[in-house]
Amino acid sequence: MKNTTYLPVVAGLALCASAALAETPVLQVMTYDSFTSEWGPGPAVEAAFEAQCACDLQFVGAGDGASLLARLQLEGPRTEADIVLGLDTNLTAAARETGLFAPHGVAADLDLPVAWNDADFLPFDWGYFAFVGNAGADAPASLRALADSDIQIVIQDPRSSTPGLGLLMWVKAAYGDGAATLWADLADNIITVTPGWSEAYGMFLDGQADAVLSYTTSPAYHLIAEEDDSKVAWSFDEGHYMQVEVAGKVAGTDQPELADQFLAFMVSDAFQSVIPTTNWMYPAVIPAAGLPDGFETLMTPETSLLLSPEDAAAMRDAALDEWRTALSQ
Amino acid sequence: MAHSLVPVTPRWPGVAVAALVLALTLGTLAAVGWRAEWVGGLAPADWAAVRFTLVQAFLSALLSVLLAVPVARALARRGFYGRDLLITLLGAPFLLPVIVAVLGLLAIFGRGGLLNDGLVWLGFQPVSIFGLHGVVLAHVFFNMPLAVRFILQGWLSIPAERFRLAASLNAPVGRLLEWPMLRSVVPGTFLVIFLICLTSFAVALTMGGGPRATTVELAIYQAVRFDFDLGRAALLACIQFGLCVVAAALAWGVTGNDPMGAGMDRVVQRWDLPRPVVDYAVIAVAALFLLLPLGMIVVRGLPAFPDMPATVWAAALRSLCVAIGSAALCVLMALALALRGGAMVSVVGVMPLAASGLVVGTGAFLIVFPFVRPADVALLVTMLVNATLALPFALRAIAPTVDQINQSYGRLGLALDMRGWTWLRWVVLPRLRRPLGFAAGLAAALSMGDLGVIALFAGQEQETLPLAMYRLMGAYRMETAASAALLLVVLSFALFWICDRWGRGRVEM
Repeated sequence: MKNTTYLPVVAGLALCASAALAETPVLQVMTYDSFTSEWGPGPAVEAAFEAQCACDLQFVGAGDGASLLARLQLEGPRTEADIVLGLDTNLTAAARETGLFAPHGVAADLDLPVAWNDADFLPFDWGYFAFVGNAGADAPASLRALADSDIQIVIQDPRSSTPGLGLLMWVKAAYGDGAATLWADLADNIITVTPGWSEAYGMFLDGQADAVLSYTTSPAYHLIAEEDDSKVAWSFDEGHYMQVEVAGKVAGTDQPELADQFLAFMVSDAFQSVIPTTNWMYPAVIPAAGLPDGFETLMTPETSLLLSPEDAAAMRDAALDEWRTALSQ
Repeated sequence: MAHSLVPVTPRWPGVAVAALVLALTLGTLAAVGWRAEWVGGLAPADWAAVRFTLVQAFLSALLSVLLAVPVARALARRGFYGRDLLITLLGAPFLLPVIVAVLGLLAIFGRGGLLNDGLVWLGFQPVSIFGLHGVVLAHVFFNMPLAVRFILQGWLSIPAERFRLAASLNAPVGRLLEWPMLRSVVPGTFLVIFLICLTSFAVALTMGGGPRATTVELAIYQAVRFDFDLGRAALLACIQFGLCVVAAALAWGVTGNDPMGAGMDRVVQRWDLPRPVVDYAVIAVAALFLLLPLGMIVVRGLPAFPDMPATVWAAALRSLCVAIGSAALCVLMALALALRGGAMVSVVGVMPLAASGLVVGTGAFLIVFPFVRPADVALLVTMLVNATLALPFALRAIAPTVDQINQSYGRLGLALDMRGWTWLRWVVLPRLRRPLGFAAGLAAALSMGDLGVIALFAGQEQETLPLAMYRLMGAYRMETAASAALLLVVLSFALFWICDRWGRGRVEM
């Protein structure tokens, strides 16, 4: 009989709990898939932010960086996302053009090798593109030397992959009008072009190619997670093109304060210290504890190349045509 | 046409399924076109993509079918220990996720692969696998086994009585029995494989060695994701459908009518066979070509297998549920269409093959998005789309037998006033068991390995096994990803095997 007296109490408690749950504000962050996966920064970032915001942080995964923008354009102004995280500077011009973003309003002291003064998009990490090969093998000293050698590489398609697009911009930034010639000479080094980074990197690890287009930070994964120092990034004289990954606040957000709070949190220690060993990139703000052991062994390019978002957008189609013509011969 | 002669089952289920298929193929295309801001037409590069797509799809389909005929013939007329297992294993390459199959193929034909090691050892130059020949090789690897299965079914559908008669008359089996059967089976098989290759994208790009291997599907990807030009994506998708219609019309033009008639479902005995050496050689070569890359996938996946995280197993369970659901749905849809019969059904039955996965996904997303959170319906939409995408294969397996049953027993059913469920229960289903099992297995396994739709819809909680595998790869965990791939292959194959095995029952295949 005792149980029956508890029943209304339990039911009441459950009701209160669900009411409290319904009142918890939800912040939706649209980002690329590998950010939210259990191996990416997502889980740690979610736990750290929820500990301080009294909110529910939800990630919406959408393929890779390029499909992120397409997804946002599909959803248009009706999107429920409050933050879009994971675009890079090759995509921000198009993203700005959608008119869906509001200024981020964060004044942070960023540790980027280039000056940053974009009012709409705030970086959360960055890296240098580089070819990653095996230690001890022949390493060319420049893009030109690579094109003149008979080293076999695998790259990603710029139409479907952000590193692929990065290489397109790298060659354009380094060679300008000579880009077409360089691609023509590189053509016989490229054994194949894959749709995404994963396929290319997998083929390289399988020994199908001497090197793969990736990041200077890729060897850090093998060193730190696998204690394997056999992978190295090649340093090129022309300099290395950068990928700066950014987040932006959606103008139509129904949680503007939470969104601002998240962007400020994004450049704080709690977020930034997760980045190096989950996203395997450099944090936009170096955390107080510094970079993890192993990062000091990474190759640091002497020259950083980066086109402005406007230049990148303006050059993109012509650069793609050059690339396709040269590689279709 | 016998089906119009014998109205033994109601027609509305077939019509309903046809409407659903049209909504998912043309309807999603219309949704994309409607949302588009029409700015420009096609670029010259798009026409280059159309040309390349046609050439590679034609060569791939031609080679797959040409190679499949001798293999199917050898399997049809020889019995040996392990034959059943081999026939089931033949289904495996078709079920592999693209990247898994590509890495398996490269382990044999790529740099440092068995083939090149062998060539170097014999004193030859190593060869590069990348190029048009690589695309065709990969497509033959994927699709030749499917062709073998379809053609083998054709061989086995020749009634035993015919062979008996031919033997007693000393008549040429090849010209009188096998050639008419091939004329009725081969064009449809060619068409299915041609259409599969028509919408290929990752295989063509990766094995093709660069942007000259751009297919229409990749051009659609570029239009949607790189240029966000939905109008061009819709145009390209229309071209893909157009090519499909032309190919289908040509294939039906050369399809012969199968005049075999009914038999007593006896086990076939052959009296006309040449020496078995050639047959066994053909079977051995085909088995090596198909099974070596599969073996490499097992070898690559085993080391990290025990270390797979719990989330991969959870994803595997989710994938299994989706696969079983979509297999059931697919078989029901195929049965409804096959019983309805007629030209409209034949068209609807190949439409999903010509649909661009990305356009279907994007269109479905546009349709669903204003009403519900896409992640909430991710698994449901995946199940439905996967069932539809597998429908052409299921229909291909079921329809000829249904037609045959209608032709052979329809009048008898009518005379006995045997209709509807009774007709299905006593006449159709027992005779359909073998193709039904095959179709269910194929649909389940295809759904298991699919990545197309789920990637657009899924959040964290709807992760399927292929998605988990790609996420592992994206996080540098290639060895664990190889194990997830192995798990995927084993589960797909087990699903296929169970269904196929049930279908074959205790009857000799």
